[in-house]
Amino acid sequence: MWRDHLTEIIVFSLLFLLVSVMGFVAARWRAPKDMAHLDEWGLGGRSFGGWITWFLVGGDLYTAYTFVAVPALMFGAGAAGFFAVPYTIVIYPLVFLVLVRLWSVSHRHGFVTPADFVRNRFDSPVLALLIAITGIVATMPYIALQLIGIEAVLKTMGVTGDNALARHLPIIIAFAILAAYTYQSGLRAPALIAFVKDSLIYIVILVAVIYLPYKLGGWGDIFAAADAKFDASPNPNDGILLNGNNQLQYVTLALGSALALFLYPHSITGVLASRNRDVIKRNMSALPAYSLLLGLIALLGYMAIAAGVKPLPGAKEGTVDSNTVVPLLFDQQFPDWFAGVAYAAIGIGALVPAAIMSIAAANLFTRNIYKEYLKRDASAAQEANVSKITSLVVKVGAVACIVFLDPQFSIDLQLIGGVIILQTLPAVALGLYTRWFHRTGLIVGWVAGMGLGMWMLYQVASPTRKHFGGSAFPLSEFGFDTTKTIYVGIVAVAVNLAVAALVTLALRAAKVEEGVDGTEPDDYFADEGDPRVTPGTERDADSAREPVA
Amino acid sequence: MAAPEPEAPPTAPTRAKDHSPWNWLLFIPIVVPLIPAFFNGDSPRVFGFPRFYWLQLAFILLGVGTTTLVYQMTKKRGGR
Repeated sequence: MWRDHLTEIIVFSLLFLLVSVMGFVAARWRAPKDMAHLDEWGLGGRSFGGWITWFLVGGDLYTAYTFVAVPALMFGAGAAGFFAVPYTIVIYPLVFLVLVRLWSVSHRHGFVTPADFVRNRFDSPVLALLIAITGIVATMPYIALQLIGIEAVLKTMGVTGDNALARHLPIIIAFAILAAYTYQSGLRAPALIAFVKDSLIYIVILVAVIYLPYKLGGWGDIFAAADAKFDASPNPNDGILLNGNNQLQYVTLALGSALALFLYPHSITGVLASRNRDVIKRNMSALPAYSLLLGLIALLGYMAIAAGVKPLPGAKEGTVDSNTVVPLLFDQQFPDWFAGVAYAAIGIGALVPAAIMSIAAANLFTRNIYKEYLKRDASAAQEANVSKITSLVVKVGAVACIVFLDPQFSIDLQLIGGVIILQTLPAVALGLYTRWFHRTGLIVGWVAGMGLGMWMLYQVASPTRKHFGGSAFPLSEFGFDTTKTIYVGIVAVAVNLAVAALVTLALRAAKVEEGVDGTEPDDYFADEGDPRVTPGTERDADSAREPVA
Repeated sequence: MAAPEPEAPPTAPTRAKDHSPWNWLLFIPIVVPLIPAFFNGDSPRVFGFPRFYWLQLAFILLGVGTTTLVYQMTKKRGGR
């Protein structure tokens, strides 16, 4: 019953109200002369310094769903869930090497999305369209998943209803508020809110990882409890260490997720919003603080085992919603007001990435579909306006996904999302280094990678489902005599690359037109203050120069 | 397509910076955390943590150390 959780609900609501006010006020924070431009609304004026970028990108990459789902995975499967740690270590050197180049070329040419870059680099609107659609399709379910994070918290507080509408009313209200201030303030809203979100999360987790082991008898006892649970379970692949079958899956999933994460439009939006190359590079040393946090959060799953937490029942009869283990752990072990703060941290933690993701998806639609195919002469103000409206549509879509469809559907889509966004790797990430690939080769490679990825995901069964049971593909399906599994995305992108290379060779032999590279080698090193980097205030004179960039 | 740009600024020093051999060091924190043989074991334990957990958390420091080193060694001389 919700009455038992009154203190928690009050603390949660107050903090939620606070960030809502901040979201609206954000429009006036570091206010530009003219908000009616995509660089301002969609990229915060491309002006964020070290601290803001740290909070913004940290708040963006480490989503509420991550904070809820990773410990839930540890609770259910053990060591396999810890892949989140290597995953978030490997990503930063990659960004350091690759995305800094994207920042430079985007700054000089005024690119807002990765597809803008691809269009210019490979002279191919079709390839850019594929990249944009991939980005939008991969991002949508990710936004929906943020709602699942909030729902896990609401459920634990007893805020549920008898029918679908009553049950979802709180998240509909939360998302309506979020949509309103994102519409008004653009990327400035999540940037400002991220300060609150991340501060709350750090406080909550530091308290939890110091206090809970003390209360539960120390780390040794916590690991022992987890070990005992996995020993008793019939599943051969759980345990507090990896076994011979899932090591390959573990490392390919970590690598594949890292590659996917920095290709996601919302990460690129966060990176492009920073002021200069130094801000990004310094952040690659500072952002791993969040990885440490995530590692500790993951271990909350084991603490929940040691504390004897039983997850709440799921939407269907006989299932359990393991996403509720962390909220339940806090409810059980901490005073109500502190649990309320923890819930608010998760709830607000969902808003920041959801806002950035909807902005990123809206920018993709505006720049690579609306401007490319619907209205080529759109002015800067029209672009900003279309993006604002699209961000609303995207959020309504995400809420509809959660209200009308089985939440499992969003989880499946997000699993697919990671695999499909990886298929943009050859064009976006390798494209930053080389133009060796032929544009048609990249398109054919994309089709091959997508097709194979989908087929493989469809084949993966889990104990409860026949298809889309996870991303660990048994190699025996390829005819290998082994019980090892591998992450689908890595295989799909490898095939994508191989096909792209073969088609490139064939087209080159046939001397098929390759188009013109719109970028120059030194574009990839341009920095703030570069004479040809477009400074915010002189932008309008400049945007006329490059009508379709 | 981009129209031909006006006069190009001098680029040689920037390019030299970006192609620094120090960047190769960044492959260490990409490769090391992906070798299970290093961390997939129980002993030795540190504060009750099996090696699997404490060593992977320690790899975060490896990542931070490497990116900091590379940043310091490749950043613009003199600064702005």
